[in-house]
Amino acid sequence: MTQNPYSLGWLPINISTHGADIDRLIFVVHIFMLALFVGWGVYLIYCLINFRERAGHESDLHVKHFKLPTYIEGAILLIEVCLLVFVSSPIWGRVKNEFPPEKDALVVRVVAEQFAWNIHYPGKDGKFGKTTSEKMDGTNPVGIDRDDPDAKDDIITINQFHIPVNKPVIVRLVSKDVIHDFSIPVMRVKQDIIPGIEIPIHFEANQTGEFEIACAQLCGLGHYRMRGSFVVETPEAFAAWMADQEKEQLGGGDATAAQPAEGSQPAAANAQAPAAADTAKPTDGQTAPADAGAKKEGNQP
Amino acid sequence: MSHDSHGHGGHGHGNPLADAMEHYSHLSFWRKYVFSTDHKVIGIQYAVTAMCFLLVGFGLMLLMRWQLAFPGEPLPVIGKLLGEALFPGGVMSPEMYNQLGAMHGTIMIFMGVVPLSVGGFGNYLLPIQVGAHDMAFPKLNMMSYWVYFCGGIVMMLSFLMPGGAAASGWTSYPPLSVIASNAQSWWLVGMVFLITSSLLGSVNTIVTAIQLRVKGLNFFRFPVLVWAQLITAFLLLLAFPPLEAAGVLQLMDRVAGTSFFLPSGLVVSGEQLHVSGGGNPLLWQHLFWFLAHPEVYVLILPAVGIVAEILCTNTRKPLYGYKTLVYSMIFLGFTSFIVWAHHMFMTGMGTTLSSFFQATTMIISIPSVIILTTFLLTLYGASIRYTVPMLFAVAFLPMFAIGGLTGLPLGLTASDIALHDTYYVIGHFHYVVAPGTLFALMAGVYHWYPKVTGRMFNQTLGKIHFWGSIIAINGIFMPMFFMGLAGVSRRLYDQTTYAHGKVAQPLNVVMSYAAWSLAIMQLPFLYNLIVSLWKGEKVAAENPWGGTTLEWATPTPPPHVNFPATPEVFREPYQYNSARQIMPQFSKEN
Amino acid sequence: MSALIPYIDEPHPVTGVTNGKFGTWLFLASEVMLFGALFSTYIILRTGSTSWPHGYEVLNIPMGTVNTVILITSSVTMVLAWASLKMNQFGKFKLFLGTTILLSCVFLVIKYFEYAAKFQHEHYPWSSTYFAIYFTMTGLHGIHIIGGIVVNGYLWGPGSKMWKANPEQFAGRVECAGLYWHFVDLVWIFLFPVLYLL
Repeated sequence: MTQNPYSLGWLPINISTHGADIDRLIFVVHIFMLALFVGWGVYLIYCLINFRERAGHESDLHVKHFKLPTYIEGAILLIEVCLLVFVSSPIWGRVKNEFPPEKDALVVRVVAEQFAWNIHYPGKDGKFGKTTSEKMDGTNPVGIDRDDPDAKDDIITINQFHIPVNKPVIVRLVSKDVIHDFSIPVMRVKQDIIPGIEIPIHFEANQTGEFEIACAQLCGLGHYRMRGSFVVETPEAFAAWMADQEKEQLGGGDATAAQPAEGSQPAAANAQAPAAADTAKPTDGQTAPADAGAKKEGNQP
Repeated sequence: MSHDSHGHGGHGHGNPLADAMEHYSHLSFWRKYVFSTDHKVIGIQYAVTAMCFLLVGFGLMLLMRWQLAFPGEPLPVIGKLLGEALFPGGVMSPEMYNQLGAMHGTIMIFMGVVPLSVGGFGNYLLPIQVGAHDMAFPKLNMMSYWVYFCGGIVMMLSFLMPGGAAASGWTSYPPLSVIASNAQSWWLVGMVFLITSSLLGSVNTIVTAIQLRVKGLNFFRFPVLVWAQLITAFLLLLAFPPLEAAGVLQLMDRVAGTSFFLPSGLVVSGEQLHVSGGGNPLLWQHLFWFLAHPEVYVLILPAVGIVAEILCTNTRKPLYGYKTLVYSMIFLGFTSFIVWAHHMFMTGMGTTLSSFFQATTMIISIPSVIILTTFLLTLYGASIRYTVPMLFAVAFLPMFAIGGLTGLPLGLTASDIALHDTYYVIGHFHYVVAPGTLFALMAGVYHWYPKVTGRMFNQTLGKIHFWGSIIAINGIFMPMFFMGLAGVSRRLYDQTTYAHGKVAQPLNVVMSYAAWSLAIMQLPFLYNLIVSLWKGEKVAAENPWGGTTLEWATPTPPPHVNFPATPEVFREPYQYNSARQIMPQFSKEN
Repeated sequence: MSALIPYIDEPHPVTGVTNGKFGTWLFLASEVMLFGALFSTYIILRTGSTSWPHGYEVLNIPMGTVNTVILITSSVTMVLAWASLKMNQFGKFKLFLGTTILLSCVFLVIKYFEYAAKFQHEHYPWSSTYFAIYFTMTGLHGIHIIGGIVVNGYLWGPGSKMWKANPEQFAGRVECAGLYWHFVDLVWIFLFPVLYLL
């Protein structure tokens, strides 16, 4: 928005309710690391200068046994254990186990593929329509069965992930092909997506803005351009966006397959530009498909 | 009864060593220098081959760093020469980038660093440092070199295969590695060769150290390098087979259509994958990391051993805390087998399993700290002689410290959420392996060069090599921590497609110039090594540096049987008398 | 005994073994890790699967049992071969080692018929993860049997010349080959119940 959320050499801004704890841990650990390094470094430089070979200086053959290093080693272990038990484990426990009740959260499915993020909203009924791998194709990336009554109001977008601010979100992650990793840096969210397993994560954003989803596990030659648009907006703006999606995808009572949402999305410009540019040259200049999925661009118009 | 297996008696001496020397002198060029069973020749073969592969692996990265610094721009000069298929218009393609990335890691680890530290230094020095005349199984030793060589050839040939070389990272995670239509299968076959070579070598190392050590050399009189090689050999022996098994399984998935690592219902490029399914991608990760974690200690332990030898030779005082150091290294070896899943924290692991692996990861940091502390305390009260090897050995200490310390936020799951699979990880492990292990190996090359070649290298070139390298190498890897904190993922052909990557992009330019500078600073090193063979000052002395371990008891360079008479050991290593003269292990007096 | 490399045919005073025997045990330790990884794979795949056939539904138990008896017998004859050398009975050594090799070949022949029957019923490694792990584990084990046949064959044939020149070293080699062979037998003793009976 107004300020750049990203920095040259430190963590991006944090807009996640669990992010402050993670940032604090990172900060504290680095202070600890710096203290050790500076301590050792000062001592090392002292030795390198003071104990260099020179006239009139002899080595000390009977250096006494020092107790201080043992205490330091013990302290290091103690501090590490404390960081583990009192800081990291509670945060990790919250992130992994303390899911909000589904009725209080926005539940979304994210279906990752080479090289796009398919976002599947359950719609007003709150139920996900049936999806099968047989039905998956270019126009139906998540394989939704529109004949299933629960699927009648499902919204599916490509690389467009909108959520309302200050509301818990549960994301169920699946992959169609290879291992991907759903990563949103400003949310301090990162989760490997293992094919064959549905992995749920949860988070809550406390600030609005336009950010991005990155893939954080090598997934083929399009790994570098697997960018999704991540928009956090007010509940009203979110509702308006959903209404737009409904009109486009479900409007006219005609239960057709999911339309690519980015065509009508103002916020889609970022996600679209690299994707469109890449379809101009189909397989990145090679003849044989290197990953058997080289040019999955979703349904480009 | 005494029996010379070559079956020629009749030389008239009762001395088997002299007989062996005599017999050796009659061997053909091929038997002496190519298919040799002499551990010193094999050690040099390993070292030279490994250094060539290190240069190749480095070269791959130098190419990648152009694309990283200047994404989408044609590579100057080279771009046109490398073919339109992989470099359209001279610009590196994403598939070429991924191939270079996967092979850089593979070549550096399995064909470069480990063969140099274990095959090169281990083979050459271990038998001599335990007072033996050769490895326990000389023919097996020769075989292990040639199997390594074949594995290296297979890996290099894979670049020329349809689809290019493996491109799924050195970690080869399925399903990507299974569905990839490139020479991943060649990578798997190459790995089988390299693993076999390693297994044969580790059997030799262990048997030699334990069975062939001379009279008086009990375990707590071993030089630190011998302990390092011994523990490393156990790691290789026991940790590699699961990866070999996994490699066979992945090969089956690729070639025989099995589904060890492929779950049901995969849809690739809009097409359903017709396999039986029922497999598990995480199975590969467990089997892979079960080796690959101990592998990182394989990367560091021989380097620690080399640094110990060089520090002790140049401080004119004993090593501080020898027993503590040895026990720490042993403990490190054992613990390395129970931390592997810290590479898998983000795979959906629950709190119980991750608690176990976080705990073991915290615990394993302690022996590393103790090793570092031992070295730091050895400097206290020393009289430090700054030879070229000593410069590198001393630099190892803070570099290893940075590498080790930056493992801490990665080993805690909560902070790992932000840092997993980012450049922070790359910075962490490169600090340990590059200014860590590689500096130690370079130190070792300088330190034992006079003994092996009978010549002294040029000191000035050595110092230029050192200072240029230490500055450049920090310029490459320090910015990576910052780039990782900024959230930039690993293995990205072009990070500027992401807004957060674009903001951090200037760091790439710094890193690339530093990398190219590092390459230039290796030229004095290579020139020095090669030209000193002819122009270097001749070294006739057996002990030019004043070391106390057994390799300084041999003639320079050592003859085929190493020692004209089997030596005996009388004391611990690194000892000095009150007049501050060395008391070598092999001298009765003093 | 060579001064160049000691403990080739006499044991080391501290470890109590020759170099070859020590090396063989180390090699077997790595083999334990290799097959251990495959057994772990079996467990992970089976516990993660929705349907997994019982071994007795799919494999030929009588043939597997016969093969088990064959291998155990071959281990016995292997020991008897080594014992014959220790008792200076070279003729008996040839007989027993020859029997070992013969029994190993019979094992492989029975395995061939088992595999052929599977292929006839269209059960291939790619048919299911059960068959994938079945063929891989028995296949790798079979490769180890072939390796044993090669080594034992060498010791029975050209390698046996060493008996005249250095009987201790030769007996040591046969003993090490025996250790390897017992290990191959032991792997089968685990494979049979896991794959055929469970």
